[in-house]
Amino acid sequence: MTTASAPLTPKDLKSDQEVRWCPGCGDYSILAQTQKVLADIGIDRANTVFVSGIGCSSRFPYYMNTYGFHSIHGRAPAIATGVKCANPQLDVWVVTGDGDGLSIGAGQLLHAIRRNISLKILLFNNRIYGLTKGQYSPTSEQGKRTASTPLGSIDPPVNPLSFALGVGATFVGRAIDVDIKSLQLVLKRAAAHRGTAFVEIYQDCNVYNHKAFEFATDRNTKEDHIVYLEHGKPLIFGKDRKKGVRLNGFTPEVVDLAGTPADDLLIHDESAHSPALAFLLAQMKFPSMPEPMGVLRCVESTTYEHMLEDQMATARRQSGAGDLDKLFSQGDTWEVE
Amino acid sequence: MTTIATNPIEKRTENRSSATIRFAGDSGDGMQLAGSQFTNTSALFGNDVSTLPEFPAEIRAPAGTLAGVSGFQINFSSEDIFTPGDRVDALIAMNPAALKTNLRDLVEGGILIVNSDEFNIANLAKAKYPTNPLETDELSRYQVYAVPIATHTVEAVKDLGLSAKEAERCKNIYSLGLVYWLYDRPLEATINWIKSKFAKNDQIAQANIRALQAGFHFGETAEIFPVRFRIERAKLPTGKYRNITGNQATAMGLITASRLCGKPIVYASYPITPASDILHQLSHYKHFDVKTIQAEDEIAAVCMAIGASFTGAIGVTASAGPGIALKQEAVGLGVMTELPLIIIDVQRAGPSTGMPTKPEQTDLWQAMLGRNGECPVAVVAAASPSDCFQTAIDAVRIAVQYMTPVFVLSDGFTGNSAEPWRIPKAADFAPFPVIHPADPTVFQPYARDERGVRPWAIPGTPGLEHRIGGIEKADITGNISYDPENHQHMVNLRAAKIDNIAREIPPQDVYGDASGDVLLVSWGGTFGAVRTACDTARKRGQRVSHMHMRWLNPFPSNVGDVLKRFKHVVICELNMGQLQLLIRGRFLINAHGLHKVQGRPFMVSEVLAKVDEVSRG
Ligand code: SF4
Repeated sequence: MTTASAPLTPKDLKSDQEVRWCPGCGDYSILAQTQKVLADIGIDRANTVFVSGIGCSSRFPYYMNTYGFHSIHGRAPAIATGVKCANPQLDVWVVTGDGDGLSIGAGQLLHAIRRNISLKILLFNNRIYGLTKGQYSPTSEQGKRTASTPLGSIDPPVNPLSFALGVGATFVGRAIDVDIKSLQLVLKRAAAHRGTAFVEIYQDCNVYNHKAFEFATDRNTKEDHIVYLEHGKPLIFGKDRKKGVRLNGFTPEVVDLAGTPADDLLIHDESAHSPALAFLLAQMKFPSMPEPMGVLRCVESTTYEHMLEDQMATARRQSGAGDLDKLFSQGDTWEVE
Repeated sequence: MTTIATNPIEKRTENRSSATIRFAGDSGDGMQLAGSQFTNTSALFGNDVSTLPEFPAEIRAPAGTLAGVSGFQINFSSEDIFTPGDRVDALIAMNPAALKTNLRDLVEGGILIVNSDEFNIANLAKAKYPTNPLETDELSRYQVYAVPIATHTVEAVKDLGLSAKEAERCKNIYSLGLVYWLYDRPLEATINWIKSKFAKNDQIAQANIRALQAGFHFGETAEIFPVRFRIERAKLPTGKYRNITGNQATAMGLITASRLCGKPIVYASYPITPASDILHQLSHYKHFDVKTIQAEDEIAAVCMAIGASFTGAIGVTASAGPGIALKQEAVGLGVMTELPLIIIDVQRAGPSTGMPTKPEQTDLWQAMLGRNGECPVAVVAAASPSDCFQTAIDAVRIAVQYMTPVFVLSDGFTGNSAEPWRIPKAADFAPFPVIHPADPTVFQPYARDERGVRPWAIPGTPGLEHRIGGIEKADITGNISYDPENHQHMVNLRAAKIDNIAREIPPQDVYGDASGDVLLVSWGGTFGAVRTACDTARKRGQRVSHMHMRWLNPFPSNVGDVLKRFKHVVICELNMGQLQLLIRGRFLINAHGLHKVQGRPFMVSEVLAKVDEVSRG
């Protein structure tokens, strides 16, 4: 990440295009926080590329005053992979949604993550299809009544974090559109990660799935329903921080701090080699458990672009810069006189 | 036919101008290897050669079955040739199944060498022969040489300590040696190849050399072969030559183009028959600034290429019909975002999975028309294996100069077969350097130059930050636009840009006279058969000319004029009339069609028959 000479402000990262999401859409907040965080970091706009697929969230690149590519449904991770491979110096962000990333583009998302190519992938999860006017999505809860499922949807939902962990993500985080502080923190951490950074952002579609995440955003109750993860710290949550999470065998359970010795609590370790803890956290679901926010996993591993560049350098070292005339004459040749 | 005397006898040698032979056997018998060795040796000797490898569709069909037969046909000549030959003069059949599936292509009176060891009851049954054809008069129209090839091979290597299986595996090389004798070829090239191939296993190397020599000596001494043939060197243009397959030529063409325009290549593809070889080739050339990515699927492959193009590399992807179908949405994105992109389609028989190892030209419509919306791209087709080289260069040049996806059509036959290639000098090619814009004061993402081409501004350039995508663009600014007039205008601009490519491509040439009775029209891999037919017809006195079309979109500007100068136009293609429809629609002429979809190239005789038919009226 290179630092531009003049200090960058969020305004510098706004493009001249009018933002066209529905009034009240959670995307506005995510856009504002992204612009804030990238300005704070002092990114180089010329070296930053936002790539998206199709859906409401995928309009994102048009509003960022960086390079941007609004592509086709589900394929942003593949386009972004091409960008990063062609020029590994670029900072490449992918903006996708639950339909774009986990339905039509699940294959591309899977392979980008497993390659550990340095893309920062933001998946706006609103648990609905917004752009096509309100069909259930792969993250909608079972039984969801929508335009296409008048009797309720029958597919069980996919958990985006478990999916990412399952295919070997080296960075997995979660945040909420309106929870500005934790969203900024996760974005900042994702920006700094080398390798694929996968971030799920709970996003309110106030037109087709309003209040889908009310449990996590309602001022009065949210503290009882989410737990902020901090590396090396015990999982403590609740209005008065009186509740904690403890492991009972392989099952996490909520305990009252009053009756539990402090070292019984589950201590978060985002850098654990095994993804088992992160997976277990990802499975914690409202209403029986608080849902984790923050960084579930952050480990170092060789990146795809690094290995690619390494092979390129090795080839150049071993064979020298390619010589066309030698290439043409490879193998058996003969002269016709 | 079982007793074979091996006394040295007086042998005759006859001269021939050309010959066509075919090795056929089980897919485990090493026929491709024998065929490619024969090709190399003949090319090194100085003949012109043209080959037709035929693979079974099944990856491991049961041994000895009809489905498992693999073949390799070579036409070698003292004259300039363009096809692997219609019929074969000599057939080497390693088992009954190979005999059954290949016999119909052997000329009457042709040489038939069979490995009699394999003609047992079990194999005859697998090949669905009720009786042994070697023991009936079924083969009486041919010169049959039943040779116990496996027995001879095992005998030749017996003191080398090989297992029975290893010993027998040399039988393809034995048969190669025999055919070398028959056509008076030197053994050196193959001996050298064996030595380097088995450098780490001297025992196997020795065994193969022994088998090769044993086959050759058997021809020399066995009484059964009274005649051998000599095909003199061809009078090819002077220079240094090598053999090249279409897929190799495509890979080298891409690398050359990359050098000529000074841009690296990012090649992303998903394995598919018959295009995978291009990926295999390019993956060895990282030192030429070629990055290869084996993508997770066809869609990802083309998308990676598009992402790379956006970033300033030459994005290339390749596939065959079913994979191309998957890529088309993204090709449309390439058209909308006006990025250079190369899509190589090594066509194979379809629809659906079709016959993966068999060539066809049935993707022309798919390349031209197979996308949603008004979505024109440039389309160019390679005429022969070596022509894939120049075709790839032309495609890249047009892609970067016109900021457009370009389809390159090849086919399984062109991609896999080999021919001699006069090695060019890198310095002979004119560079076409790419200039990316850098001045923010004048930059507009969708402003156009006088050819209608937008600038290629790439990430990393300060001040040129801009956004592109698949939604309709406003003219000049490239912002999202749903304005009705703007959409019409942009559709017109995109079409005009592709039409303008006609300025860059040479006018359509015609082989033979500029006017006459019959104009044979071909495109892609049917070039050879049609050119040969044209020559033959002209020698017979027919007023026939040949128009081979390299650019299929846009057409060269004079195609309409050429078509008008002939009484009859016959469009020859390995499909049911795809170019025919385009030409009829565009030029409103009653073009005839010669169509074939059998997974095999045209035979010259088929084209000639069509010429006669239309000439009769
Ligand atoms: S439909 Fe929903 S997700 Fe889409 S812009 Fe409107 S509120 Fe936002």
